[in-house]
Amino acid sequence: MTTRYDDTARDRSAPDPVAFDVVGRNVEKVDGIALATGRAMYAGDFEIRGTLVGKILPSPYAHARIRRIDVTEARTVPGVHAVLTWKDLPRVPHTTAGQGYPEPSPYDTFVLDNKVRFVGDRVAAVAAETAEAADEALHRIRVDYEVLEPVLDARKALAAGAPVIHDEPEAHVVIPVRYEPERNLAAHVHAAVGDPATAFADPDAIVVEHEFETQYAQHCPIEPHVVLAYPDDQARLVIVTSTQVPFHVRRLVAQALELPVRRIRVIKPRIGGGFGAKQEVLLEQLCAALALAANRPVRMTYTRKEEFVAARTRHPQVIRIKAAVDPDGTPRAIDFTVLMNTGAYGSHALTVASNTGSKNLPLYTWKDVRFDASVVYTNLPVGGAYRGYGVTQGAFALECTIDELCEKLGSDPVEWRRNHHIRAGESSPIFEKLGEGKPGVPFTIGSCELDRCLEVGARAIGWKEKRARRETGPFRRGVGMAALMQGSSIPHIDMGAATIKMNEDGSFNLLVGATDIGTGSDTVLAQVAAETLGVSSEQIIVLSSDTDVTPFDVGAYASSTTYLSGEAVRRAAAQVADRIRDFAARMLDRPKDTLSLRGGRVHSDDGRSVSLADVGTESLYVSEQEQICATASCVTEKSPPPFAAHFAEVEVDMETGFVKVLKYVAAVDCGTALHPKLAEGQVEGAVLNGISYALTEEYLFNDKGRMLNDSFRHYKIYSTRDRLDIQTILVPSYEPTGPYGAKSVSEININGPLPAISNAIYHAVGVRMRRAPFTPERVLAAIREKDGV
Amino acid sequence: MKVTFMLNGRAVSYDARPDEMLLEVLRREGWLGARRGCEDNNCGACTVIVDGKTVLACATFAAQVEGRSVTTIEGLGDPANPHPIQRAFVDAGAVQCGFCMPGMILSTKVLLDETPTPNLEAIQDALDGNLCRCTGYVKVYDAVQRAAAALAAGEETT
Repeated sequence: MTTRYDDTARDRSAPDPVAFDVVGRNVEKVDGIALATGRAMYAGDFEIRGTLVGKILPSPYAHARIRRIDVTEARTVPGVHAVLTWKDLPRVPHTTAGQGYPEPSPYDTFVLDNKVRFVGDRVAAVAAETAEAADEALHRIRVDYEVLEPVLDARKALAAGAPVIHDEPEAHVVIPVRYEPERNLAAHVHAAVGDPATAFADPDAIVVEHEFETQYAQHCPIEPHVVLAYPDDQARLVIVTSTQVPFHVRRLVAQALELPVRRIRVIKPRIGGGFGAKQEVLLEQLCAALALAANRPVRMTYTRKEEFVAARTRHPQVIRIKAAVDPDGTPRAIDFTVLMNTGAYGSHALTVASNTGSKNLPLYTWKDVRFDASVVYTNLPVGGAYRGYGVTQGAFALECTIDELCEKLGSDPVEWRRNHHIRAGESSPIFEKLGEGKPGVPFTIGSCELDRCLEVGARAIGWKEKRARRETGPFRRGVGMAALMQGSSIPHIDMGAATIKMNEDGSFNLLVGATDIGTGSDTVLAQVAAETLGVSSEQIIVLSSDTDVTPFDVGAYASSTTYLSGEAVRRAAAQVADRIRDFAARMLDRPKDTLSLRGGRVHSDDGRSVSLADVGTESLYVSEQEQICATASCVTEKSPPPFAAHFAEVEVDMETGFVKVLKYVAAVDCGTALHPKLAEGQVEGAVLNGISYALTEEYLFNDKGRMLNDSFRHYKIYSTRDRLDIQTILVPSYEPTGPYGAKSVSEININGPLPAISNAIYHAVGVRMRRAPFTPERVLAAIREKDGV
Repeated sequence: MKVTFMLNGRAVSYDARPDEMLLEVLRREGWLGARRGCEDNNCGACTVIVDGKTVLACATFAAQVEGRSVTTIEGLGDPANPHPIQRAFVDAGAVQCGFCMPGMILSTKVLLDETPTPNLEAIQDALDGNLCRCTGYVKVYDAVQRAAAALAAGEETT
């Protein structure tokens, strides 16, 4: 459980991290004490007197049309202030995906509709003075359903004659992509480089082809979705919400309720974890509609059951992968055919599928590539953004396939990867071919220390010794590994901005739309500002996020905050520093270009200096007064991948099939770790979530499409008792385009456990687990099948 | 009905329905550090201390604490004067989103009251009921060990 900062691989041409005063150091987390003392406010903690409780009537059927809905009785329940059905709201097709405009997800959702498409879909909503009154009102809503045949198997969704889930005429896409709801096709992605068929037909080539399958899973933030919406004294609508995307909430609520954007204010307080679940505008539009109908404040809180059933999930995928290498191991061709299930709505359908290819295929130097993904609607829970964002599923298929190719080649899996991964200075045709609903952006890798990750990770797990071991007893240990890449922001699409203003005591307000959801981004962004302004991070007062106050930012997703919003902060701070030097030049009577900021002072090359407090006071009160202030924006030109090498040691119980992870090592190149401890925390959390996903987490359904394990009692996420030994090794590189050399770290590390553990199981007991999770039943069945029992 | 009990060292008397859970009453009265993460006694975010033992406030009737002593996270330390356990969790980097932290820290308090120098296994057992999705628990173990050391050092000096 130790962590090491490996410094031996550092690019000596890059600035020395010890030359930095604030970045690269474990400064105090800006909200740490507030959180640890329980004083920090989450969306559920804001109290306005007279707040009503909002609740939802869920659909009992996977697929049904609402013939009649009668709320007369519900409205008479004492304490009930509003009851809404589809008849009460404007019929505006939209997407709940919290993405930039125009969204690449189809407009296939209404705030409330006259059709329900999965068990738990929303039928009606009420707002009442107490939870009991709300429940009573829900109970008294009379619904006459025409039950329709559901689609409960993604493999049958495209079959001729399958029930059509989105038969409403309004469903459409707003960017030019393939969308065929009449045959349940929510999205289709295709890209090709050269022709893989030639390599596959080459008798000398070594070819491996298999199908992999991943399951439904939920993010499980411990704080569920919570929204408080209220009309204020200016007839504006204020929404305090547990969101990763406050500006997308403002835009989407305005769209769905046909309100002007100017009438909506979205406040993001502390957020109790997101992992992608809160990159979804899910409850805000309904809660706002109730608040407007009741003309009162309304709070809605998802129960844990609703969180599982009706929030968002990781899209299940079936991936058929075929790969060919030359006898000397050189990568030749790869073909990914993906069938992805988006559930009842197409949230993030196109883009998650795109990322399955775009952030896995460039990892190795394939000459010919084909990628084809079909995303289908089913009458099951809805997919969405989930940390890893499709790369998780693809990395499972790819890295297990590489393991099998290495076996056929007789190559060591670490060595093969070392010889064939993409390097700094290289590009991949995939970057240009596969974007997000449009062609991608070509770019060259600026930093890559994957070699070093492979080396230090292998050493930490004891790869050479343990790989040579073959066990025979009832408990068999094995080691496996995987190499990984992700991205940092969506180039030419995402935008982040920051405003910095100076106070008379030499402190600064940093206003960011970037969304700290528990990741520590407020702290990291404060470090970037502090480094640039030559002050300690305590001098930076961070506010994130309030759409009335902070500048725009797309929000916390696509591994963008450190890289994209961090660069916006650095630019704003540099502009403020420049203006400070204008004032100091007058105060010290020295040329501006002789002045530099450090230690809370402006220093001249003649040894004199002036404090930032004096500059702040001068600027606000004394002469040539102005508010020293700057706003800067950032749109990125590239999406520099972080890289990682993951290693798992497992022990398999031959009699039960139980797999125990004995040790897990993640060696990660995230550029400069601006705050090493927070970066490690991102790695550790992602790895444990990934291990839990690989071994236990999955949705179980009955034959009517109802989820059977919709609580923490029956859907297990790992606790301290699972006793996992996770070691993080941060391998520094310097990303030239990132703020102080930083790249992303938050998502990549959830992608390793599926393949690393599958490969370790193979090493231990000789069975290939291609369907997740690797439960004792599945592992035991595979062992028995292999042994011919 | 009224429920009268000691809360964070002061006597309080709160209105509560007979079927009302302690979590509802605490939150209504402004003790917001007890969080609601599920409603089926499984996440541990609502953990509070009753007479020296951790309990789930969502699974305890308010009436059950009549005459007893309850500690919430607000009774441990405040932002100006955090408790050494709270300080240790921040210094260890164990605080990410923080939603599970009040429960996690109160469980640690009870553990360290009973076992001032716990081994790793004891820490893992004591915190088993407090789910966290952010940290992977690695830094949580470190935080508890730091807190144990800080409390031991504090006792030596006083």
